Amino acid sequence: MAGLDVRGLSVSLYTRGGVLPALSEVSLSVQPGRTLALVGESGCGKSMTALAIMRLLPEPPARIIAGQVMLGDTDLAALPERRMLGVRGKAVSMIFQDPMSSLNPVVPVGQQIMEVLRRHENLSGRAARTRAAELLTLVGIPDAEARLAEYPHRLSGGMCQRVMIAIAIACRPAVLVADEPTTALDVTVQAQILELLKRLQAETGMALLLITHDLGVVAEMADEVAVMYAGRVVEQGPVDAIFAAPLHPYTRGLLGATPSGGTAGRHTRLADIPGSVPSLAELPAGCAFAPRCPLAHAACTAQPPLTTLAPQHLAACFAALGVPAHAA
Amino acid sequence: MLLEARGLGVHFATPRGLLRAVNGVSLEIEAGETLGLVGESGCGKSTLGRAIMRLVPIAEGELLLENQYITRLEGTALKQVRPKVQMVFQDPVSSLNPRRRVGSLVGQPLSVAGWSRRDIADRVAELLAQVSLPKDAMDRYPHEFSGGQRQRIGIARALALSPKLVICDEPVSALDVSVRAQVVNLLKDIQDRLGVGYLFISHDLSVVENVADRLMVMYLGRVVEQGRAADVLARPAHPYTHALLSAAPVANPALARSRQRVVLQGELPSPVNPPSGCTFRTRCPYAEARCAAEAPALRPVGDQHVACHFDFSEGFADATTGVSA
Amino acid sequence: MAVATPGLFRRFARNRAALLGLIILIAVIALALAAPTLYPRNPLRIVGPAELWPLQDPRFPLGTDSIGRNIAAIIAHGARATLLIGLFASLTATLIGVTIGSVAAWFGGWVDELLMRFTEMFQVVPGLVFVLTIVSILGGTVQNITIAVGVVSWTGIARLTRAEFLTLRDREFVQACRAMGMPDWRIVLAEVLPNALPPVIVLSSLAVASAILFESAVSFLGLGDPQVASWGRLVGEGRTLIRSSWYISAVPGVAIMLMVLALNLIGDGLNDALNPKLRNR
Repeated sequence: MAGLDVRGLSVSLYTRGGVLPALSEVSLSVQPGRTLALVGESGCGKSMTALAIMRLLPEPPARIIAGQVMLGDTDLAALPERRMLGVRGKAVSMIFQDPMSSLNPVVPVGQQIMEVLRRHENLSGRAARTRAAELLTLVGIPDAEARLAEYPHRLSGGMCQRVMIAIAIACRPAVLVADEPTTALDVTVQAQILELLKRLQAETGMALLLITHDLGVVAEMADEVAVMYAGRVVEQGPVDAIFAAPLHPYTRGLLGATPSGGTAGRHTRLADIPGSVPSLAELPAGCAFAPRCPLAHAACTAQPPLTTLAPQHLAACFAALGVPAHAA
Repeated sequence: MLLEARGLGVHFATPRGLLRAVNGVSLEIEAGETLGLVGESGCGKSTLGRAIMRLVPIAEGELLLENQYITRLEGTALKQVRPKVQMVFQDPVSSLNPRRRVGSLVGQPLSVAGWSRRDIADRVAELLAQVSLPKDAMDRYPHEFSGGQRQRIGIARALALSPKLVICDEPVSALDVSVRAQVVNLLKDIQDRLGVGYLFISHDLSVVENVADRLMVMYLGRVVEQGRAADVLARPAHPYTHALLSAAPVANPALARSRQRVVLQGELPSPVNPPSGCTFRTRCPYAEARCAAEAPALRPVGDQHVACHFDFSEGFADATTGVSA
Repeated sequence: MAVATPGLFRRFARNRAALLGLIILIAVIALALAAPTLYPRNPLRIVGPAELWPLQDPRFPLGTDSIGRNIAAIIAHGARATLLIGLFASLTATLIGVTIGSVAAWFGGWVDELLMRFTEMFQVVPGLVFVLTIVSILGGTVQNITIAVGVVSWTGIARLTRAEFLTLRDREFVQACRAMGMPDWRIVLAEVLPNALPPVIVLSSLAVASAILFESAVSFLGLGDPQVASWGRLVGEGRTLIRSSWYISAVPGVAIMLMVLALNLIGDGLNDALNPKLRNR
């Protein structure tokens, strides 16, 4: 089974206001059976990365201008759309934040699962039906046979997300991209879905690219973590290292702003990051985090390179690199 | 006592029957205190907030504001009480009229209350300073601001008439993590400075834990547990609270791997047709025959009040389910 | 205007077709305003030989009709009638539609039920038949035609207003207004209505076009105001000579077509400019 290897992916948005750098030189890799969490706030480019991998970017305005998305020996970024149709939903699948709007409301869920099986696996009629029921059972929907005929609005949000997962894993994909899969769900249902994803990964050995803004979900699920800010990966490393010894001030800020269960009380103050995420149209020169950064100095007007600072642990920050202010 | 609710009930007529969105809820909030209200979607927490705001009709029970009955106030009498209770809404986009400038938005409650134009301008400037927005924000439109700044505008509007109680309905759920902390801190600063009481509604325990003095957990329209926040969070005594705490992801990978989670099975039952007896029994790992027959009343267990037939104040360690707290 | 936000015209002008429509409309308005100066005498006066083809006599650039009236004068004066009827009929329709739609949505329940059934009553009768009935009962004066057209055109606007109000009614900013004790009428007029108007304005601009077509149809059938020069009437009067002097019908026909086209293009342009989802594209 092949993992996913994204190399130097850059995406630009061609708008009336000019060309905006939505993603700049994003490199990520997820091995089979492993989970990479892509973390960041809204507008940091994490969903854009997922869409670029799936080749589902809204074109125009978005366009991949550089980089490769390697799935085994195939570069998905260079595949013609016709061949991409055979990859999407088969070798690489995706689930989205809002399960209700991801399912077609006027088609029974069984049909929607069978559609994928017909398209990619050439299953038809009874075989597709049996497999669809198996898949529903696999994702923990009781009484699967009867549920095939249900319409999405008859199911709860959690059930719909299970159906989405069933569709996504129908063809045993090598890579599953999950874009905020539990953000729209209640916390007890979130726990169910995360548990389910873990179980399915253990059974199938697929690589999971999990996109989330919730550091709690990251801690529960991830093996590796990549933190994004303003279209760039600013820190990347094993989950324990990221939480125990974050290198980038942005990562530290995020962790400080996240209540970590049991330790904080009514009278402790959360650490906050001043200011807000800059829009792509108004990115500062050099390090995009510098205007909000407590450690920013003169060198930060240049773009810090993503550098390995500890085993498998990379960060893009001059302060973390130990570059003194006068070096610029 | 700033606010007191006694046996509050809110009912909605739906095509499938009577929905008891809020069912016999009693609560008390003191000045300068924060009561956290936690539960999942459909538990009635937002409806309870709106009932206290008198935005939805109250079917039963009584509501007292500063020891004055406000349950059935209407017209001018209600309008006189309104300034004392204000609300901060969840969605920083839809809670601000996109066609009004910030100055007009923040000044709106004042203009409704009949303030003069000059007094409004002065007060708006003061309010914007209070929530750390630049003065020139007044002449701009909400869409020119980020989510966190928009939420500040909403907070400034809620504070305009110097309320005694502010209902915060998921005020940070729609915000980014880094901005969330800013807004939570701002709300706490305001409370310290002005002594307002908060009813802080959230589905996110980690946020509530950081603001609440006392905590109330709701399930299907009823209160299942309440007590001092620190007690409830450290030693939950209702199986639902325990499950909620256990389900909440912890931003600590080592802890996440080592702890055993209770993953609740099943789905939230229909609130129109709730289970008999204890409404939580269909998902409760400890349910017995008695739970179906008889609805548990809220009673003191340990340091808090719990609506459960059993006493879990000593913890949930239970060999048969393999669950440990 | 309450709905004006910075850059509205720029967003409108991005749509080239809409700009063309606006230019045609401005030209027609200019023609209507200039009509008394260009042709100070009654346009329905006989001024020359009958059935003179366009461009044959410089005094009659668009020719003369079957009894020797100046077609150019009729077109210029007809533009006034056409525009006034279109505008006021659309205003009438908008006023009725917005009132009924907003009241129905705001109060809901049986009020909504009643008003929507009432709306459907108007929808099931074909518009032209309705207009002709009213005009033939009350007489074909300009005012009656305007009111009749307005009365048949409001249903779409009412439904759209209702739909907009229903989505806006549950927005949190409306709740915020309630929470501060704002009276209902003020919430509706000052808060909800300005947000509901943009799509309604688009529909109203299209209602102007359909009102013009209604007026033309009424005049074509000879039920129009005999004292007023009108494009539709000229089309109707020229139809007997359609084999020999087809230009008598064609010239006002083209004028109607251009006008309706222009209004539709403007409606599309307004839709793009006022629809926030298309902004920044």
